[in-house]
Amino acid sequence: MNAGNGGTRRIDTSYLARVEGEGAMRVRLRGEEVEEVELRIFEPPRFFEALLRGRALGEAPDITARICGICPVAYQTSACQAMEDALGIEVEGQLRALRRLIYCGEWIESHCLHLYMLHAPDFLGYESGIAMARDHREVVERGLRAKKTGNRLIEIVGGRAVHPVNVRVGGFYRAPERGELEALRGDLEQCREEALATVRWTAGLEFPELERDYELVSLRSEVEGEYPIDNGRIVSSKGIDVAPAGFDATFEEEHVPHSTALHARVRERGAYLTGPMARFELNRERLSPLAAEAASEAGLGDGCRNPFRSIVVRAVEVLYAFDEALRLIDAYERPDAPAVGWEPRAAVGHGVSEAPRGLLYHRYEIDAAGEIVSAWIVPPTSQNQRSIEEDLREFVAAHTALPDDELRHRCEQTIRNYDPCISCSTHFLDLKVERV
Amino acid sequence: MAAVRRKDPKPKLAVWKFASCDGCQLSLLDLEDELLTLAEEVEIAYFLEATRATVEGPYDLSLVEGSVTTPEDAERIQEVRRVSRKLVTIGACATAGGIQALRNFADVDEFVSTVYASPSYISTLATSTPISAAVPVDFELHGCPVDRYQLLEVVAATIAERRPAIPSYSVCVECKRRGNVCVTVAHGSPCLGPVTQAGCGALCPSCDRGCYGCFGPMESPNTESLTAWMRGLGAETPDLIRAYRSFNANAPAFRAASEREEAAT
Repeated sequence: MNAGNGGTRRIDTSYLARVEGEGAMRVRLRGEEVEEVELRIFEPPRFFEALLRGRALGEAPDITARICGICPVAYQTSACQAMEDALGIEVEGQLRALRRLIYCGEWIESHCLHLYMLHAPDFLGYESGIAMARDHREVVERGLRAKKTGNRLIEIVGGRAVHPVNVRVGGFYRAPERGELEALRGDLEQCREEALATVRWTAGLEFPELERDYELVSLRSEVEGEYPIDNGRIVSSKGIDVAPAGFDATFEEEHVPHSTALHARVRERGAYLTGPMARFELNRERLSPLAAEAASEAGLGDGCRNPFRSIVVRAVEVLYAFDEALRLIDAYERPDAPAVGWEPRAAVGHGVSEAPRGLLYHRYEIDAAGEIVSAWIVPPTSQNQRSIEEDLREFVAAHTALPDDELRHRCEQTIRNYDPCISCSTHFLDLKVERV
Repeated sequence: MAAVRRKDPKPKLAVWKFASCDGCQLSLLDLEDELLTLAEEVEIAYFLEATRATVEGPYDLSLVEGSVTTPEDAERIQEVRRVSRKLVTIGACATAGGIQALRNFADVDEFVSTVYASPSYISTLATSTPISAAVPVDFELHGCPVDRYQLLEVVAATIAERRPAIPSYSVCVECKRRGNVCVTVAHGSPCLGPVTQAGCGALCPSCDRGCYGCFGPMESPNTESLTAWMRGLGAETPDLIRAYRSFNANAPAFRAASEREEAAT
């Protein structure tokens, strides 16, 4: 940090902690004016879209899982669905239920990691979840218990919590026995009770003021009354309503010099927000009664446009995911075949699902031999990057009087609101506030 | 955690990330039942995925995730080694170069221009290489991702200054122990289990699929024999190249196996 220099202030932090993957942020202030806000992502590029070419289409779920260790199920699901779209097959009934069930496990695991270990410490003034545990041991243990149960759900359906091995194009390699899922019932029920307590606990946190008029973008399930997780149409608060194949015509990506993650925007409109707040706002009537009631009780009845309150929305989604997992297990009957068969054909396919941190789109072109000709992957963080920058701009503009250290911490928190998975932008964070 | 001797002051643990998916360091946070106990036994001195508080080095143990893919990272790993008493690499990226090492078999400039509209903004090396190619490494833990209990064992053993109990035999041994029916013998499924290091618990065969080698080559693997077996099951050259060329493509034994197939065409 250096002050003075003709009214110039610069805050500079090299790494942004408690985000998965690493990146940097730069804010430049001239007096009270915010001149520039950049979320810089210099996660070393790993070139997934290039290395997928020439691979067999069936390898896409395992390979793309490696884009992100926190949300591999999202990558596997979007990849499977894109391939299934290209192959002209439908994965329905209990196979789809299993897909939704493993995804519930990922929402729980990822949301609880963020909520308890990464985000809550910001509100309570701790450097980490581990430090927070010294004073709030019960709360942190509750979070770890929920996270563990989410991971166990992924393990039972997927074989492993990080990079599950049981997911494939057309379904699974092996469908679990009903008894294997039933074995988790007690833990799921206990965690659902505790998730309700977590919603109330997050609602009592103190939120910095910031109201934003986002264009919210999420999926909407084509199944009536179902909250979007694994698939659906892409809808927005400003009228977008397209099938996954319409992604390209609706959104565009731009390569900016300060980032190895591409920036997405709505064509001819601009920034949009994807993730828990968007899903909630656009689908809250589709939550389970228990989750909907908890949301109203937590003060989300009129919606939520304050990104700091996204922690409450995540808590509601965790509650929903436990509730939904139990519903799916209640209705589970082991399918006759673990997967739908397929034959390769030359085609293009699109797949979209709701990663914990937002929309994840995959598009593949495959040839008649079943090899990938081209791949296009748009992760949630690159879609949210513009909105994060705009939040920072507004937040900093309203808080230029804060001392540099405090402002830096608040900016970090503003970024963490998004649970940004920087490695999932296939890509690394560092924070600079420059006052010129 | 009985294996960890309490020391005063507590040993300092650092976790570093290079090119990776974060899944291996996440495995530490996935030790839900052991995490808070671990945090009492060691000082978590540098672990950005978990905490913004950082303590200056030197560190007693550095866990390094990810591969070296940029000029900046090639320098940073030297600094990490300088401040680390023991350095352990975790996962396929750090031990072999990871899935991003597929560029080692291709033209990186063509890769850059495929993904990015403005290639000039991108700074990258032509290869993705393991940490051991840049600095001396005290122990390498395999896996894509690592197994969290193996990770805990390595941390506990390193702090206790004993050798980690990590087997170097193949997945086949774990499969037999689990009582699995062999997926190759019974179903004719291609399986890298015979040449892949154990550690996962034979996950894939337990899900009725062949092992895809994410723990990398075992000690002295006989890939020539396995290749012949897989051919007998109907695998063709491109399938064989792809099989060896995935998350541990740049591990010497798998690299040699895929290049042998490529040379034969």
